[in-house]
Amino acid sequence: MTTQGDTKNGSQSAAQVSLLRDVPFRLENGAALDEVEIAWQDYGTLNADKSNVVLLCHALTMDQYAAGTHPVTGKAGWWANMVGPGKVIDTDRFYVLCLNVLGSCLGSTGPLTIDPKTNKPMGINFPVITIGDMVRVQAAFLDQIGIDQLFCVVGGSMGGMQVLDWTARFPERVYSAIPIATAARHSAQNIAFDEVGRQAIMADPNWQGGAYYGTGKRPDAGLSVARMAAHITYLSEAGLHDKFGRELQDREAVTYGFDADFQVESYLRYQGNTFVDRFDANSYLYITRAMDYFDIAADHDGVLANAWRHTQTRFCVVSFTSDWLFPTSQSRDIVRALNAAAADVSFVEIESDKGHDSFLLDVPEFFDILRGFLDASAQRRGI
Amino acid sequence: MSVSDNDKSVGLGRAGDIRVDLLEISKMVEPGSRVLDIGCGDGELLDILVNERGADARGLELSREGVSASVARGLSVVQGNADTDLVDYPSDGFDYVILSQTLQAMRDTRECLRQMLRIGKRTIVSFPNFGHWRVRLKLLLGGRMPETETLDLPWYNTPNIHLCTIRDFVNLCEDLGITIEQSYTFTHYGKLSSRSMPLWYTNLFGDQGLFVLSYDDDGLDEWIDDNPAGA
Repeated sequence: MTTQGDTKNGSQSAAQVSLLRDVPFRLENGAALDEVEIAWQDYGTLNADKSNVVLLCHALTMDQYAAGTHPVTGKAGWWANMVGPGKVIDTDRFYVLCLNVLGSCLGSTGPLTIDPKTNKPMGINFPVITIGDMVRVQAAFLDQIGIDQLFCVVGGSMGGMQVLDWTARFPERVYSAIPIATAARHSAQNIAFDEVGRQAIMADPNWQGGAYYGTGKRPDAGLSVARMAAHITYLSEAGLHDKFGRELQDREAVTYGFDADFQVESYLRYQGNTFVDRFDANSYLYITRAMDYFDIAADHDGVLANAWRHTQTRFCVVSFTSDWLFPTSQSRDIVRALNAAAADVSFVEIESDKGHDSFLLDVPEFFDILRGFLDASAQRRGI
Repeated sequence: MSVSDNDKSVGLGRAGDIRVDLLEISKMVEPGSRVLDIGCGDGELLDILVNERGADARGLELSREGVSASVARGLSVVQGNADTDLVDYPSDGFDYVILSQTLQAMRDTRECLRQMLRIGKRTIVSFPNFGHWRVRLKLLLGGRMPETETLDLPWYNTPNIHLCTIRDFVNLCEDLGITIEQSYTFTHYGKLSSRSMPLWYTNLFGDQGLFVLSYDDDGLDEWIDDNPAGA
């Protein structure tokens, strides 16, 4: 396998999947995986001293296709506005890697993976994984391709959790880090939302205890409801109001029924319906569970600052004013701990009415800040 | 107008494009030091410290605009409130803690000083002198709250809630046992070392005071006992 020149900026080859050599891979829950596949994508060119690697960590339902055009859907990658030639994360300058997380259904090992003993997808027999497991798999993959240090680890939401885990677990491997719209632990409210989603899936009779593969039935209704509920948490009251208000959907008056009278209902149903075609319900259970278990302080005697004692990593923590899923207070907790650890940290709360999803959207102030931080860090690193 | 907007407009004499007190402060910082600049605005002083003094300098700033501008120019700045956030920083984490033209806007002046002296080995403070003769004259003859070049906002719209004179500040340092290592005043004609001038003179003719302070760490604990946070 080569890592250089496989892909050109902006246009990707078909999925690149690598097998971890260092198996069985021991998980935090004590179980082990005999085989781990990592689906990954790269952009740009690795420089001679391998000092220009940027690792992108994706959020809950995303995949390795961050930039350019998605080879399967034909749509723009999830961070195509941020990553590319001449963009903020400049692929003319940086070698950008994005790996599909462990437990996903979009290329890497997860509940969809065939169990050689039964010749069927593992489904609910897949072991419960953690954010730490995801990060350790990424680190093992980087070992395998001979990349020791990351110039920057970047990610929002669950991607931000991975960024924080990277900096706490492998501080010497991370030169700079940008955790965005995230938290050092999943809040009770967020665990609650995750549980609503999981219950919606498991209450769907088509879920069949997780063994729905090959039965011709999928828990689409449950997964769709899970996505609808979650999607609301990614937006904001003001954002929803601006977009939909109380506008009716293709009608002049309410129908006094339970059809989608309102545009916002129609929008959510659409979000739910399209989601089931690209995501696996069991994967959704596993990944949300991994987020629930995330609590960096718990792994450091209950003191968050202990996670970053003696860290040399440069941090840029970013939150958004209207994000109520990962509110600014949770970013401040991270910053407070980093300050207590005397870390080199910047923190900005960016004004946006687009809610949690702001980190995926065109917010000029956000782009300026990331660009400034990356430029200054690259200069110091001599890139 | 928010407090943060006002911070930038606390008008001071300028040399070229840079506030004179910032230039003076930057010269006081030993090259390569660790520095925390509280109320760093858009990073003007930090920029000098990092790029000309080779300092490992960080900032704390209230306004989003100031933080954004600072981070976008590559500086390490945290958005936060000095009145509440200084407690998070470890003791003696910095060689210098700087508070330029912001002391008078702090809610709890003594607590702020205590935190700065705890965090930094040395503390550099500059503030507008309310004892300047123009200020005295305006209040005496005009009977109105003075507005000057240094204090250019009306009383109802000023962030400056704890104004003091140079003499007031010297007295506070004496009361709290703070060591004044160096002190300067700025007049219309430039910087004066206070050592060579009597206090009555600098307090009458100084536009602003600039002090380098330190505190015996053991004494700081006593001070903490005597003056619980917010007292």
